[in-house]
Amino acid sequence: MIDIALYIALGAVGLAQLLAMARLVIGPHVGDRILALDTMVINAIGLIILMGILWGTQIYFESAMIIAMLGFVSTVALARFVLRGDIIE
Amino acid sequence: MLIDALIAALLLSGAFFTLVGSIGLLKLNSPMSRLHGPTKASTLGVGSLLMASMVRAFAHDDGSLHEVLVMAFLFVTAPISGNFIAKVHLHKLRGKPDLAVLPQGDSWASTSRE
Amino acid sequence: MAGKLFPHPLLTALLILIWCLLVNEFRLGTLVFGTILGVLIPIATHAYWPDRPRVPRPWRLAVYVAIVIWDIIVANIHVAFIVLFKRNSDMSPAWVVVPLDLRTPEAITMLAGTITLTPGTVSADLSADGLALLVHALDAPDPDAVRDEIKQRYERRLLEIFE
Repeated sequence: MIDIALYIALGAVGLAQLLAMARLVIGPHVGDRILALDTMVINAIGLIILMGILWGTQIYFESAMIIAMLGFVSTVALARFVLRGDIIE
Repeated sequence: MLIDALIAALLLSGAFFTLVGSIGLLKLNSPMSRLHGPTKASTLGVGSLLMASMVRAFAHDDGSLHEVLVMAFLFVTAPISGNFIAKVHLHKLRGKPDLAVLPQGDSWASTSRE
Repeated sequence: MAGKLFPHPLLTALLILIWCLLVNEFRLGTLVFGTILGVLIPIATHAYWPDRPRVPRPWRLAVYVAIVIWDIIVANIHVAFIVLFKRNSDMSPAWVVVPLDLRTPEAITMLAGTITLTPGTVSADLSADGLALLVHALDAPDPDAVRDEIKQRYERRLLEIFE
């Protein structure tokens, strides 16, 4: 039962990743692209966790943690760059 | 058996919410509305997947609690990155009339630096 | 003496807990090393945040967190319905101004975070004088009801916790 649920979940999260990637390509504003990247990072964490359950290991936890931290910092850094780079100071 | 059903339910609901977040990101038509899908749904979706991983670890091999860390981290940072992206959108809206007007005639913090 | 050794007691406790969770197995050595980190890090970073946040009634925070987690789950089902079954033209997004009674920065931060995580609302900005919060609602035919709910449900409880 868990195996079937796991494969359905992998398909759904993978589809979500593709949809977020479509928004990344379409845009149209830079804010939408940052948001799409942020969503892709969160979906990637979900995919890694699912892989960890599928293969029954705990090693992937560290990568999920590091991607969570890196994703947050890069989202904030991108947003800061857009906010400050556009203003003539 | 019951635990297997619980894990399967958590996995499916997590995948559902993650998918809804991304559908919202693609479907909604204004930049501010798009912010609603990922900040809420994806956070709860991944939280649910992490919960499934934790329950499975307790049921099968020895228990592990470190998924709580990722979950707590995501729930603390989601509002902050959402707020930053909202500020980017506000930056684009600056000077347009559809922003709400403050009753006491004051200005918003991120639009006041003219 | 105790104040000098533990400038932020809550941070010390949090660091020990996080270290134990990171190592992911409970042994005495983990606890000892976690305690060393928990004492050294607050002392090293003490210069950057001299005042500790005041929380007069911390036990009420537990009730608040439980309410917010419940609301997050309900809100997500609600938002999922809006996203999946409502057409874009039927939606009425709105900007809502929430006047604030809270004054401490920690409390305002918590309120803004709560608003972002719950029903169809995202907090976008704070007024320059810190007296009002700008909130965007995904589907709000009646913006005043959204404002009243935020004030009634969350701000009143935060006022009890922090002030």
